[in-house]
Amino acid sequence: MTAIQSPPPRQDRPRLRTDPSGSWRAWPLRDRILLGLCWAAGLFLIFVAAAITLYMAFKGIQFLRPNLLWTRPEAAIDQSKSGGFLDPMLGTLLIIVGALAIAAPLGIATAVWLTEYGKPTWLARMVESGVEVIAGTPAIVLALFGLAFFSQGGLGFLSTTGEGGAVFGRSLLICCTVLSLEALPMIVGATREGLMSTPRHVREASYALGKTRAATIHRVLLPTARPNIATGCALGMGRVAGDTAVVLLLGGGTLQLAANGSIPGLNTLQGTGSTLTTYVYANSPSGEGGAPEKAYAAAFLLLLLVLALNWAVDRIARGDGRLGWIR
Amino acid sequence: MDPLMPPPPIRRIVVDAPHVPVAPPEPLEAAVRARPRLATDAVERMRVEDLTIAYGPKVAVNGVTLPVHQGEVLALIGPSGCGKTTLLRSLNRLVELTPGAGRGGKIVLDGDDVDVIEVTDLRRRVSMVFQQPNPFPMSIFDNVAYALREQGSKRVKRSELMAPVRSALERAGLWDEVGDDLDRPALRMSGGQQQRLCIARALAANPEVLLLDEPCSALDPRSTAIIEELILQLREELAVVIVTHNLQQAYRIGDRVAFMYLGELVEYGLAADVFERPEHTRTAEYVSGAFG
Ligand SMILES: Nc1ncnc2c1ncn2[C@@H]1O[C@H](COP(=O)(O)OP(=O)(O)O)[C@@H](O)[C@H]1O
Ligand SMILES: [Mg+2]
Repeated sequence: MTAIQSPPPRQDRPRLRTDPSGSWRAWPLRDRILLGLCWAAGLFLIFVAAAITLYMAFKGIQFLRPNLLWTRPEAAIDQSKSGGFLDPMLGTLLIIVGALAIAAPLGIATAVWLTEYGKPTWLARMVESGVEVIAGTPAIVLALFGLAFFSQGGLGFLSTTGEGGAVFGRSLLICCTVLSLEALPMIVGATREGLMSTPRHVREASYALGKTRAATIHRVLLPTARPNIATGCALGMGRVAGDTAVVLLLGGGTLQLAANGSIPGLNTLQGTGSTLTTYVYANSPSGEGGAPEKAYAAAFLLLLLVLALNWAVDRIARGDGRLGWIR
Repeated sequence: MDPLMPPPPIRRIVVDAPHVPVAPPEPLEAAVRARPRLATDAVERMRVEDLTIAYGPKVAVNGVTLPVHQGEVLALIGPSGCGKTTLLRSLNRLVELTPGAGRGGKIVLDGDDVDVIEVTDLRRRVSMVFQQPNPFPMSIFDNVAYALREQGSKRVKRSELMAPVRSALERAGLWDEVGDDLDRPALRMSGGQQQRLCIARALAANPEVLLLDEPCSALDPRSTAIIEELILQLREELAVVIVTHNLQQAYRIGDRVAFMYLGELVEYGLAADVFERPEHTRTAEYVSGAFG
């Protein structure tokens, strides 16, 4: 039996021009410049984020007064009479809850269908690209489409109407519906990720206990994907909270929540209102510019809300509850 | 069928074999030596006849005929890719979940063709433990209770399920370790405990046949020994089929051994015969470790 010789090491092995493990001082000038640019880009982003947060915190804390939180806004030139932003705050909460109430069931159902059924394949492909198109559509385009769609006579019950039955296609309910499209792709994406990362043998373990596909989805797969679903929902809520275009076009443009209709509760949804984003817009120099100080205070509040949502996403995503299977 | 009720007695066939109690946990070697001899008239629970399974054009199991007896452990051995898993998964019709898989031949459970048994019912009667421990991401209690609940409905109360859950955990030798903390997430247990939980889950609905696909391959030797002992105890109450690539394991716990090669059943017989007096050269080569 002959022992197999390993070949002798090659003498002409090309030396690495840039040894990634070595000191950058020994690198060629071009690579050192690029490395410097990478650092600069990262530091610049940190600087921008810090500047926004600190500036908004500075301005916000300067102008944010507790009574702003519980007084209703009034249209007034005189700043001492224009009130606070109770209604925009409630409006933001309302559209977050409303949009999520539509987007979450729809998004989870879409994701389950795509990953667990997905037949026929061409239909699944179409649904996938549909979700991608919605994700890529600018908010203002969604808003315009929503306006055109909900201005149709038959959908008048959803929105504010004028004398003689003119349908304006504007209401908080319509805002929620259109905004749910913004949250939908994130919920679909996150849920699919959770479902797809569940090993096949875990599903089969459920089938092997004599469970149907429906029971397996309901009792095993959705609980497994729960952290992902929560992440998707929190991301979607951030999108909805930050949207301006849709509320500006479809919210009806009243500062206060103005009910419309006779059924209490529902009539708030059928009516018009504003959110923190449109409040900031209306009071900033680019809007009517009436109250930049209150705009700063509201913007700071909005920033806090979005940061809180991001923090929640972070907690959920890395949360200690994530336990995996032996692979 | 109400999953909380014990299965109808007609299916419980008592083997007329010397019943040696294995209750006190002994070291494995002793347990092996104390192994009861085979019942000469062991009852046949399942039978595979001329079974052929193909994934598209690839034939994975080719014309296998094999009985499965209650009161015995049947060990399936053979080199990787010879079709052991495929054969095992056909017994509870799990192969059907693989797109493109086709089956020829016949599989019988207690005289009924498995094709005429409602598939959810079949899988409760022929349950399975997988290679990787795969408890569901819920509490220990819920893992076992899930097997008992009608299609996962939550209508049955916890207090009503406690007794069967406890009994399943006891049969899997896990009650003493986890009985005081059933609400712990199952995935926080050690790998060996997780696999025993999977066995408890598979036992909960009182199956007649238990299939195990290399259940110890992801586990350490100590957990392996515990599970082997468990299997020896379980064999009294149900028919056990275990796939293993570990020849020592097949010898330790298998009463009968089936050796497969390239999708075909090469040799089937008592463990001692297959390991000590194999009829075929392929078997002799394999059990002596010449290839694999
Ligand atoms: N899902 C599948 N699709 C196609 N071929 C498969 C599939 N599963 C297994 N096979 C093939 O079938 C043969 C038997 O596989 P398997 O039953 O897993 O063998 P074993 O468990 O003995 O290692 C192998 O050649 C394998 O490549
Ligand atoms: Mg296998």
